[in-house]
Amino acid sequence: MTFDVLVVGIGGQGVLTAADAIARAALQFGYEATKTEVTGMSQRGGVVCSQVRFGERVAASEIRPGAAKLVIAFEAAEGLRWSHYLAPEGRVLLDPWRAVPPIVSSGVHQYPADPATQLRDLNLQVIEIQARGTAERLGDARLANSVMLGAAADSLPFPEKALRDEVLRRFGGGELAARNAAAFDAGRAAVRDERVTAPAR
Amino acid sequence: MREFMSGNEATARGAWEAGVEVAAAYPGTPSTEILEKLAGLPGVYAEWSTNEKVALEAAFGASLTGRRAITAMKHVGLNVASDSLMTLGLVGAKAGLVIAVSDDIGFASSQNEQDSRFWGRFVHLPVLEPADAAEAYAMTRDAFSISERHQVPVLLRLTTRVSHVKRTLTTGERAAPAASAHGYARDVERWIITPNHVGKRLEVRAQRDAALAEESAASPWNVLELGADRTVGFVASGAAYHVVREAFPQASVLKLGFSHPLPLTLARKLAAAVERVMVVEESEPIVEAELNAAGIAAAGRKWLPAHGEVTAPALEAAVARLLGEQGAGLELPKPNKVFPRPPTLCAGCPYMGVYFWLGQLKDAVICGDIGCYTLGCGEPWNAMDSIISMGASLGVAHGMAKSFASNGGAKPVLAVIGDSTFIHGGMPALANIAYNGANVTVLLLDNRVAAMTGGQDTPRLDFAQLVTALGVRPERVRTVDPYELPAFFKVLREEIKAPEPSVIIAERPCVLSRDFVRRRPLKVIDDKCNGCARCLDVGCPAITVTRRESEARASGKVVERAWVRIESGLCTGCDVCAKACAHGAMVAA
Repeated sequence: MTFDVLVVGIGGQGVLTAADAIARAALQFGYEATKTEVTGMSQRGGVVCSQVRFGERVAASEIRPGAAKLVIAFEAAEGLRWSHYLAPEGRVLLDPWRAVPPIVSSGVHQYPADPATQLRDLNLQVIEIQARGTAERLGDARLANSVMLGAAADSLPFPEKALRDEVLRRFGGGELAARNAAAFDAGRAAVRDERVTAPAR
Repeated sequence: MREFMSGNEATARGAWEAGVEVAAAYPGTPSTEILEKLAGLPGVYAEWSTNEKVALEAAFGASLTGRRAITAMKHVGLNVASDSLMTLGLVGAKAGLVIAVSDDIGFASSQNEQDSRFWGRFVHLPVLEPADAAEAYAMTRDAFSISERHQVPVLLRLTTRVSHVKRTLTTGERAAPAASAHGYARDVERWIITPNHVGKRLEVRAQRDAALAEESAASPWNVLELGADRTVGFVASGAAYHVVREAFPQASVLKLGFSHPLPLTLARKLAAAVERVMVVEESEPIVEAELNAAGIAAAGRKWLPAHGEVTAPALEAAVARLLGEQGAGLELPKPNKVFPRPPTLCAGCPYMGVYFWLGQLKDAVICGDIGCYTLGCGEPWNAMDSIISMGASLGVAHGMAKSFASNGGAKPVLAVIGDSTFIHGGMPALANIAYNGANVTVLLLDNRVAAMTGGQDTPRLDFAQLVTALGVRPERVRTVDPYELPAFFKVLREEIKAPEPSVIIAERPCVLSRDFVRRRPLKVIDDKCNGCARCLDVGCPAITVTRRESEARASGKVVERAWVRIESGLCTGCDVCAKACAHGAMVAA
C-alpha cells in the first residue's frame, strides 16, 4: 500500500517545491517515495499538479483517480479540478484564495461560485486553510507554501517533525527559517482550530 | 550517497561519473534539466548550443578528439539534428557519445507525440531505455562504454515519466577521464563521408549491428522476470515497466532496457512460459511489430490507448478486454467541470503589448512559432493562424505571401518569432523571404532568453544588423519598445503597408530574466473607469473583473461592460494597460 498525495495549484506558487518537501520527509522517515508532475508550458500560470507516492515500495509514479488520501490545493478551483483523485475517505486541504485567469476575466469561462461547498457536497472532507491570507498577515505571500505544509503535517502518516525539519532545512538557520517556521506552525494550528469549529458532517 | 533526483538529474549525474567532458544541448521540455545539471558539475564544458543539430555536431566533434560527450534534446529536437544523425550512424563515434532524447509522451508541452526509438532503427543505433531515475543514472554511465566498444553513438531514450520523476538512487564517484584517450588522429576514410567511403561504412555498420544484437541479448539491462502469474506475460520498457508492475505485481515480465537491437531470444523464452504475450510500450507499437515479425505472437496497441501515457487503470482494462472478461476494469471517478486554465503570459510580459495590437488586426494572417509567444493563439488575443515547428513561421508566411501576391495581395501576412527560435531555425527562412522578395512583416520578439523553457541564455546579437545582412532593406528594419503601445502600432501599420519584406524588432527583457526591472504597481481609479473593458484585451493576469453589466443602447445593441481591479502583488507597473485605457483610469499606486 502506498500513501498518495496530490499537491495542486498554478504555475509560480511553489507547488513542486512543496511536493518535494513531502517526498523527502517521507524518505527521511524510511519510506520509498516518488514524485512526478508534468511541467513545461504549465509554468506560465497554468495548472500544476505534483504527485507524491510513498510506502514500502512504489511502482508507477502516477496516482490513480480515486486513490489519493490527500489533496493539498494552493488555489480554490484547482482543489475542485483534482478532487476526483481522492479516495472516498480522502481529505482536501484547500486554500480558498482564488487566482482568476484572463480566460475568466475576459468572460469566456466562469469561476466556480463556491469550490469548498461543491467539494463538501461530493462528501469529501474539506479543511479550508487561509494560507495566502495568513502568509500576507505574516508579511510575505510566499510564506503560503509553508502555511499549507504546516496544515498538511498532521494529515500525513509520519511525525509532523519530519516535514517541519525538511521544510526548514531549505532556509538555513536565519531569519528566513524563523519566518517559515512561524508560517508552518500557523498552518498546523489553523487545522486544529478548524477541527474544533467545523460542523459535524 | 543516497539521493532523491529526477531522471534528467540522474542522467547528468551518470554522465558526469562516466567522465563526460563536453555537454551541448538546446533546451526543450522534458529534457532541459540534463544540461542545467551538468553545467553545475566540475570538469565539464557545458553549453546551450543554438539548435539541436549544432549541439549534436559539437558533442560529436568532442568525441572525435577523444573526449566523452553528451547531447540532450526533446523529441522534436532530434528531428532538427537528424541530418547529421543519419551520417553519424555511418561514421560512428570515437570517445563515448551519448544522445539523450526525452519524448513528451502525452504532448503536454509539444506540437506532437513522437517515439524516438524509431531513430535507433533508422540510424542503426543502440537504444537504452531507462525505466526510472536510478536506471537513467546507471545506464548513462554504462552507455559511454557501449558507445566506445562499438564505436557508435548511443541513443538514451527518456520520456516525461522518466525525466521528470524523482526517485532514490545511490550515486558514486567520477571516473577521471583518461588523458591517454585525448587527442585527434585524421582518418579520412572514416570521417569524410564522400560517396566512395559509404560502401565500406555500410559494411562496418552491418558488422556493428550484429555485434550490438549479441550485446543486447546478453545485456544485464534486459531481464526476464518470471512470476507466479503466467496468464499474460508482458514485454515492457521505460516507465511502462513500472505501470505493468503497478497493475500486475505477480506477472511475468520481460523488462527491456537495452531495447534495440531487440533481444529476441529472451522474448521467445517469455512466450514459451506464458499463455499470451502483451507488449506495453510508449508510444508506438515498435517492439510489438518486431516481435510479431519474428514469429512471436504479441498483443499490444489494439488493446491499449492509441496515444498518451499508459496508466495502470488503462492497462488493467486492456488486459481484461484481451482476456475477454466482461465488465472488468473499474469505473474511474470522473473529474469535476472546472474552467480550463491554459498557461498565460506573465504580468508585464513584453509580448502582451505585441498581442494587444495583433489581436485587433482582423484582416491579417499571422504565422506563429514556438515559444511563450505561442500563447498569442489563445484568449483574449486569438492572434495566430498557424504554428508548425521551430522557425516555421517565416517559411510558412513566405509561401502564403507569395500565394496572396499572385492574387493581388489578398491579406497582409505577418510572422511572429522569438529571438532564440529565430537563431535556432528562422534565419535561413528570413534570407529566403528577402532573396525571393515576399511581402512579409516579421515581428522579431527579442526578450533576451529562451523563456518558455525557463529563461536559458541565448546569443546576444545585433538583430537589426543581422536581419539587414540577411537581405532586409535597412529602411524596413524597425526597432520598437512593445510597452509603447501607440508608437508600436504606428510602426506596425507602416510596415504592414510597405510592399516588401520588413522586420520589426520588439525589444524588452523577459519578466523572469535578471534584466527585468519591476516598477511600481498600478491601481484603478474607479471614478474614471467606465467599464469599457478594453484593458482586458491586454490579457494581463494581474487584471481581474470586479463586476459585469449588460447595457442596452438606444439602438437596441447590447454592450457588455466590465469593471476591473489590478492585483498589486502581480502587477509589474509595465503601464501597457494604462496605455490601452482611453479614460486614464490606471495610475501608479
